[in-house]
Amino acid sequence: MTAIATVPPDADRPPAAEVRRRPPLWRFVRRNPTLVLGLAILVAIAAAAVLAPLLPGDPFTMQPSRRLAPAGGAFLLGTDALGRDVFARTVHGARVSLTVGLSVAALSVLTGLAIGLTAGYVRGLDTTVMRLMDALMSLPAILLAIALVSLTKASVATVIVAITVPEIPRVVRLVRAVVLTVRDQPYVQAAIAGGARTPKVIVRHIMPSTLAPLVVQATYVCASAILIEAALSFLGAGSPPDIPSWGNMIASSRLHLARAPWTMFAPGLALALTVLAINLIGDGLRDRLDPRLARRM
Amino acid sequence: MLKFAFDRLCSIAVVMVIAALLVFLLIHLAPGDPAAIIAGDNATTEQVAALRHTLGLEDPLPLQFVRWAGAVLGGDLGVSIFSGAPVLGLIVQRLEPTVSLALLTMLVAVVLAVSVGVLAAAKAGSLIDRTVMVFAVLGFSVPVFVVGYFLIYVFSITLRWLPVQGYTPIAEGVRPWLEHLILPAVTLGLAYVALIARITRAAMLDVLAEDYVRTARAKGVTPGRVLLKHALRNAGVPIVTIIGIGVALLIGGVVITETVFNLPGVGRLVVDAISKRDYPIIQGVTLVFSGVYVVVNLLIDLSYALIDPRVSYK
Repeated sequence: MTAIATVPPDADRPPAAEVRRRPPLWRFVRRNPTLVLGLAILVAIAAAAVLAPLLPGDPFTMQPSRRLAPAGGAFLLGTDALGRDVFARTVHGARVSLTVGLSVAALSVLTGLAIGLTAGYVRGLDTTVMRLMDALMSLPAILLAIALVSLTKASVATVIVAITVPEIPRVVRLVRAVVLTVRDQPYVQAAIAGGARTPKVIVRHIMPSTLAPLVVQATYVCASAILIEAALSFLGAGSPPDIPSWGNMIASSRLHLARAPWTMFAPGLALALTVLAINLIGDGLRDRLDPRLARRM
Repeated sequence: MLKFAFDRLCSIAVVMVIAALLVFLLIHLAPGDPAAIIAGDNATTEQVAALRHTLGLEDPLPLQFVRWAGAVLGGDLGVSIFSGAPVLGLIVQRLEPTVSLALLTMLVAVVLAVSVGVLAAAKAGSLIDRTVMVFAVLGFSVPVFVVGYFLIYVFSITLRWLPVQGYTPIAEGVRPWLEHLILPAVTLGLAYVALIARITRAAMLDVLAEDYVRTARAKGVTPGRVLLKHALRNAGVPIVTIIGIGVALLIGGVVITETVFNLPGVGRLVVDAISKRDYPIIQGVTLVFSGVYVVVNLLIDLSYALIDPRVSYK
C-alpha cells in the first residue's frame, strides 16, 4: 500500500463515463477481498436466521426414539440428546446471536458516542468521566454480565444490557481520543470564533471525525458481544434455556461429546464462522476507512 | 519515579473505590428488593425481613456502602448464602488451580506470541506473515469453549494422550499437574496469543522502519541481532501494554476454561454460584478479579522505565 495519499484519478473529470469499463461490483470485490468475504458469510447466516421458520426441520419437537442420531439421513446434522433437530436448532440459534450482537453494537456505540463527545469536549467533566470508565473497564465483562444476569430474570434483554455496559468504556475512550485531537483544529476553532453554539460545534464539526473509527469499532463490539452472549449462555447465565442459542446448545451437548460430537460442533462452527465473518468485515472496513492503520495491523 | 508511583497509586485507589461502588450498587440498581434477591425464590416474607435486618438494608445507602467497603478493606467479602462460609476463604481455597492456569497460560502465550509476531514482522508480506495473520483473526473468532471441547475431543477422547478433565495439585507431582493444565492453557491462550502477536507485529513494523535500524543494518549488524537487540527492545512498550490489557481477556477466559476442563478454581466458584444465585460470591470474585486487573496494569505502567530508558516519570 502506498504511503502517499493520491488524488483519485477521476477527481477533476466528469464522473460519468469513466467507471463503465469493468463492472463496478467486480472491482469492489477485487479491492476489498476481506470485506466481501466477511459480508458474504454474514449475509448467508443472516438470511438463514431470518428464514429460519421457513427452513425444513423444527427446533423444538423432541423425538426420544431418535436421540443422538448421527448426521445425514432424516436430519441434516443429526439430533441432540432429546431427539431434537440439530440443524434447525443451529439455524434458530443464529437469531439470538445476531439480535444480541447488533443490539449491543448499536446501544454501546450510541451511548459511548454521547459520553465520549461530552467528556472530550467539556474539559471540566473529562477526569471524572474517564475515572468512571477506567473503573468500569477494570470489572471483567463476563463477571459483570454474570452479576447483572444473576440479579434479574434471565431474558435476552437482560443479556443485551449486561453485555453493553462493559463495552461502553471502550467506545468512550475511542471517541474521546478523536475529540481531543480534533478539538484544536483550525476549522473547529473557526466555527467557535464564528459564534457556533457548543452543541452545534460538537455535532456538526467534531462528530463526523469520529464516525469512521466508530463504524470499525462497532463491528468489533458486535463480534465480541456474540462471543460473550454464547459464553454466558454456556455458563448458564445467558439466554433462557427454552430458546435455542448456540451457547445453550454447546452447554447441553457436553455430556455427549464422545458419542455425538456433532451436537457440539454444529453450533460451535456456526458461532466461530459468524464471529469470523464480522471480524473480517471489521478488518476490511478498517483497511478502507483508515489506510494508515491498515498498513500496521 | 517515586512521585509517579505515588500518583498512580492514588489514581488506582480512586478507580478501585469507583469499581467497588459499582459492584456495591449493582444489587441496589437491579429491579426488586435486594433482600428478596439474596434470600432466593423460596424464602418466606419473614425470612426476607430478617435478612434485610441482618444485612442492614434498612440503613441509608451511603452508610451501607461505607460499612461494606470497610469490611472489604479488612478482608471480609461477606458470606456465601448457600454454604454460609466466608467468601474470601472460599476464594483462597480455590486459588491454586486458577493461579496455575493463569501463569502457565501467560508464559506459553507471551513466548509464543512474541516469537511469532517478530517472525511475521521480519518476513512482512511473506507466506509466513500471512499465515500468522490468518491465525490471529481465527484466534479472536473461535470461542474459548469451542476450542476447549475440540481439543478434549481430539487429544483426550480420540487419541487418549491426555486426561479429559480435572486437576491435580502441583504438590502431587509436576507431571500430572502439567498434563491436566496443558490443554486448558492452550485453550485459554489462543485469543491472548492472537492479540499479542498482532500488536507485536505492528510495533515491530513501526520500529523496523526507523532510521537507526537502517543504520544498524548498514554498519553490518547481523539480521538476527538487529531484530532482537535494536528492534524488539524498542517495540517493548506497546507489547507490554497489550499484555496488560489482555489480562482482562484472560480473566473472562479463566471462568469459561475452568468450566470446560472442570478445574476447581475461582472461575468455577462463580459459575457454581450462578445456578444457586449466591450473589455475595459473584460480587466478591468480581471485586477480586478487578483488583488483580488494576494491580497488573499498575505494575506494567511502572515497568516502562525498565524496558525503555527514554521513558521518564516526571
